[in-house]
Amino acid sequence: MESGLHISLAAERVGSLFGLPITNTVVTSWLVIVFLLLGAIIVGGRLKLLPGKIQNAVEMLFEYLFGHVEQTLGSEKLAKRYFPLIATIFVFILTANMLDFLPIFGTFTLVEGGEHVPLFHAVSTDLNTTLALAIISFVAIELSGIFTLGVLKYGSKFVNVHGGAMGFIVGLLELIGNLARLVSFSFRLFGAIFAGEVLLMVIGSFVPLLLPVPLMAFEMFIGLLQAGIFAILTLAFIKIAIAEPHTSTSSAQVAAH
Amino acid sequence: MDIEVAKTLAMAIVVGLGVIGPGIGLGLLVGKALEAIGRNPEAAPLIQTTMYVGIAVTDVLAIFAVVIGFIIKFT
Repeated sequence: MESGLHISLAAERVGSLFGLPITNTVVTSWLVIVFLLLGAIIVGGRLKLLPGKIQNAVEMLFEYLFGHVEQTLGSEKLAKRYFPLIATIFVFILTANMLDFLPIFGTFTLVEGGEHVPLFHAVSTDLNTTLALAIISFVAIELSGIFTLGVLKYGSKFVNVHGGAMGFIVGLLELIGNLARLVSFSFRLFGAIFAGEVLLMVIGSFVPLLLPVPLMAFEMFIGLLQAGIFAILTLAFIKIAIAEPHTSTSSAQVAAH
Repeated sequence: MDIEVAKTLAMAIVVGLGVIGPGIGLGLLVGKALEAIGRNPEAAPLIQTTMYVGIAVTDVLAIFAVVIGFIIKFT
C-alpha cells in the first residue's frame, strides 16, 4: 500500500530448489512441521504409566478430541478410523495459527533485489496452503463415502434417477454443493487469518501502544476457532458422506416437504 | 475516475454490502440458539456444536466479501 503498510496477497519468494520456487509460507510450514515433530518426540518418547504434567495435558486434549469424534460418528470403530485425519488437520492448523504470533515473523528478512522479504510468513495467509488442506479434506470425504457405500450407491446420491425430476435436481445441487466445499474450506481459513493480519497491521499503524494486545488475543481465539471449524466440518461432512442414501420414497417425502 | 480511487471505493462497497446479509443471519442464528438453550438447558452442548457449524457456514459469506475486496484492492 502507498502509505507504507506492507500487505501482499501472494506469498513472497525467498529462494528456489531445483527450479521450484520456495516461498516464505513454505519455510514457515516446515517450521510448523519441525515444531510438531519435536513435540511428538519429546512427549511421545517418554510415555509413562503414571503421566507427568505435559503428558497429562496432551492426553486430556486428545481424549477430548476423540470423545467429540466418537460422539459425532456414533461408534468407536468409526471414530478410530477417522480420528487421525481429523486430529492431524486440527493440530496442524492450530499450531500454524498460534505460531503466527511469535516475534520471528516479520523481523527476519532476506534482501532480494534491494527489497526486504520476510523469511517467515503466517502459513494460513497463503491460499495455496489452505487450498491444499481443503483438497486433502475433500478427497478424504469423497473416498470415505465411496469406500463405505460403494461407487454406485455413493454415486446415486448425486445422480438420482429414482426420485423423478425433483430428485434429479436435488442430486445435482448436492454435487455442486460438494464441489463448492473446496472453495468455502480454503477461503474461510485464508480469509479469516488474512483479514486478521491486515487488521492487526492497520491498528498497529494507528495506535501502536496497548490496543493491539487485546486484538491479538482475539486473533488467537479466531485461529483456534478456525482450526476447530475446519476439523469439525470435515468430520460432519464425512458423517454425511458415509450415511446411507435416501430411498426413493423417503427422498420424495423430503422433496414434498 | 482514477483506477486507484475506483479500487478503493469498490473494496469499501464490496465489504460494506457483503457483511449485511451474514450480519442478519448470524444475529438470527445465535438468537435462536440462545432461545433453544433457554428452553432446554440440558441440550446446550449439542446446540452449541451445531450453532458453531452454522456460524462457520454463515460466516464464510462475509469472508468471501472481504477476500474479494482484498483481491480487488491489491491485484
